Amino acid sequence: MALTFGRRAKQAKTSGDARGFTYFALAIFVFVCIFPFYWMFVVASNDSSVISAYPPHVMPGPNLMTTINSVFKVVPFHKALLNSLLISTIVAASQVFFSTLAGYAFSKLRFAGKRLMFGFILFTMMIPGQLGIVPLYLLMSKLHWVDSLQAVIVPGLVSAFGVFWMRQTITGEIPDELIQAARMDGAGVWRIYRSIVMPIIKPTALVLGLFSFLASWNDFIWPLLVLNSPEHFTVQVAIKQLRAAYFIDYAAQMGGSFLATIPLLILFVLVARRLVSGVMEGAVKG
Amino acid sequence: MRRNKGIVPTSERAFGYGFVSPFFLIFLTFGLFPILYSIYIAFFNWDPLGLHTFVGMQNFQNLLQDDRFWIALRNTLSLWVLSTLPQLFMALGLASLLNRRGLKFAGFWRAAVLVPNVTSVVAVAVIFGSLFGRDFGIVNWLLHFFGIHAIDWTGSPLSSHLQIAAMVAWRWTGYNALIYLAAMQAIPKDRYESAEVDGANAWQQFRYVTVPGIRNTLIFTVTVSTIYGLQIFAEPLILGGVSYSGGDSRQYSTLSLFLFEQAFSEFRFGYAAAVGVVSLFIIAGFSFLNSAITRRLAQGEE
Repeated sequence: MALTFGRRAKQAKTSGDARGFTYFALAIFVFVCIFPFYWMFVVASNDSSVISAYPPHVMPGPNLMTTINSVFKVVPFHKALLNSLLISTIVAASQVFFSTLAGYAFSKLRFAGKRLMFGFILFTMMIPGQLGIVPLYLLMSKLHWVDSLQAVIVPGLVSAFGVFWMRQTITGEIPDELIQAARMDGAGVWRIYRSIVMPIIKPTALVLGLFSFLASWNDFIWPLLVLNSPEHFTVQVAIKQLRAAYFIDYAAQMGGSFLATIPLLILFVLVARRLVSGVMEGAVKG
Repeated sequence: MRRNKGIVPTSERAFGYGFVSPFFLIFLTFGLFPILYSIYIAFFNWDPLGLHTFVGMQNFQNLLQDDRFWIALRNTLSLWVLSTLPQLFMALGLASLLNRRGLKFAGFWRAAVLVPNVTSVVAVAVIFGSLFGRDFGIVNWLLHFFGIHAIDWTGSPLSSHLQIAAMVAWRWTGYNALIYLAAMQAIPKDRYESAEVDGANAWQQFRYVTVPGIRNTLIFTVTVSTIYGLQIFAEPLILGGVSYSGGDSRQYSTLSLFLFEQAFSEFRFGYAAAVGVVSLFIIAGFSFLNSAITRRLAQGEE
């Protein structure tokens, strides 16, 4: 492969070095990762007759706009995109805010019961959330929140994992001496959070925000249950609805998937570097 | 660690409680309370319209005699095995490719394998439904070159589970590979050097240096994949059709789907809660078993 030409000739090849095979295998992996997206575009841009071609037709067609129109006939998809964006943004911002606050308190402030409370948070991280779905629904109907966006937003405002991660980050990256020095200079607790803690942990907090955003965007079981009218649907629920309406017509379903995926792919291109380092850092610290 | 038992200013204490209280208020109300209440409901015949009768262990006894529960349990376990084990092995392989010395465009490769993780899960299910179509799907078209003809992927339990496993693997292999890569990079280089001096080949180095070196990370990913895998919902629901029963022969019905079906299409809240409680024990049991097995397997021979 051409990719291996620039290799430094001085170093002897050992078993751990990248070689032609490495690039070949990686290229296959990446092809498999990308192909379903391409396929989605192919199906969404062709009409149904082309999709039922054998051997399968693998070139994009001219029909993307027609497909997207048929999507909008069933569900107001722009609303679903806006709802998902709104919910995920609020959830991400709130999780970052409350997680850094609590993480700071658990790492640097002194108060009775701190260890016990943090141990409790660690314990709850192991409990699967789906277990409480029936009573949560009962609670929402008591509050008259069924079929409203706050029913999805409010339970997502905090995250045990977020608190745990931010506490580890603050403990690891901010020495106690720095906090003490700021105290000597007369800075209050809140001031220290804003002007010292946040600027230092900003990169990790941002990655937490990205993860929260994605998790909230992909949340399915709960929004499916609690949101009933099409103008309140999130993207995931809207695609489900589309599938029910166009069960035979893959083009329309793919049109919805296409609309749901494009914003995330754009987001990904913008933040890929941070996301990769976030996944890798989380691994070492966790 | 600071250990001075000096006087803590009242304001610091107040801020401490103030800063952790939003988390606890929201979590206790919308997280923990529903879970505890769910355990309570599981002992009742709980009709959503208001009739609640205490029935003791009746829901659990009925559950053990309900074929649908056993099918859901079988499907959940089969999906978990099929989607977790091969995926983690592939992730290990991918990570060791990404960990090669002198790899060019490392940033590009790392980002590219993470792309599948950043997509709408329901959209992915729709795409995979099409890729695995019986008559016009690309997977069957590829298989026909190997003499395998027109598999109806949705038809049998095993094929439908393989389809879901492929989807889960597609989404998570790159993600787990990056986690393994990070752990591999933290292994001291001299361990490889001394293994090489001892004449260890690539496989032996991988087996006796890399795998024991990332043991904790392996345990972590197996645990997380288990908790995720045993709760799988979106993928089987979308591929299994439009109802919550999980396909004609319930081949897509998982414990989560069964819970959902009992609660919100048959309105048996108590029974559904019992499904949740049993799932909790199963997940806890498997997480425990898992970490025990992984710990043993990843132990390096001295």
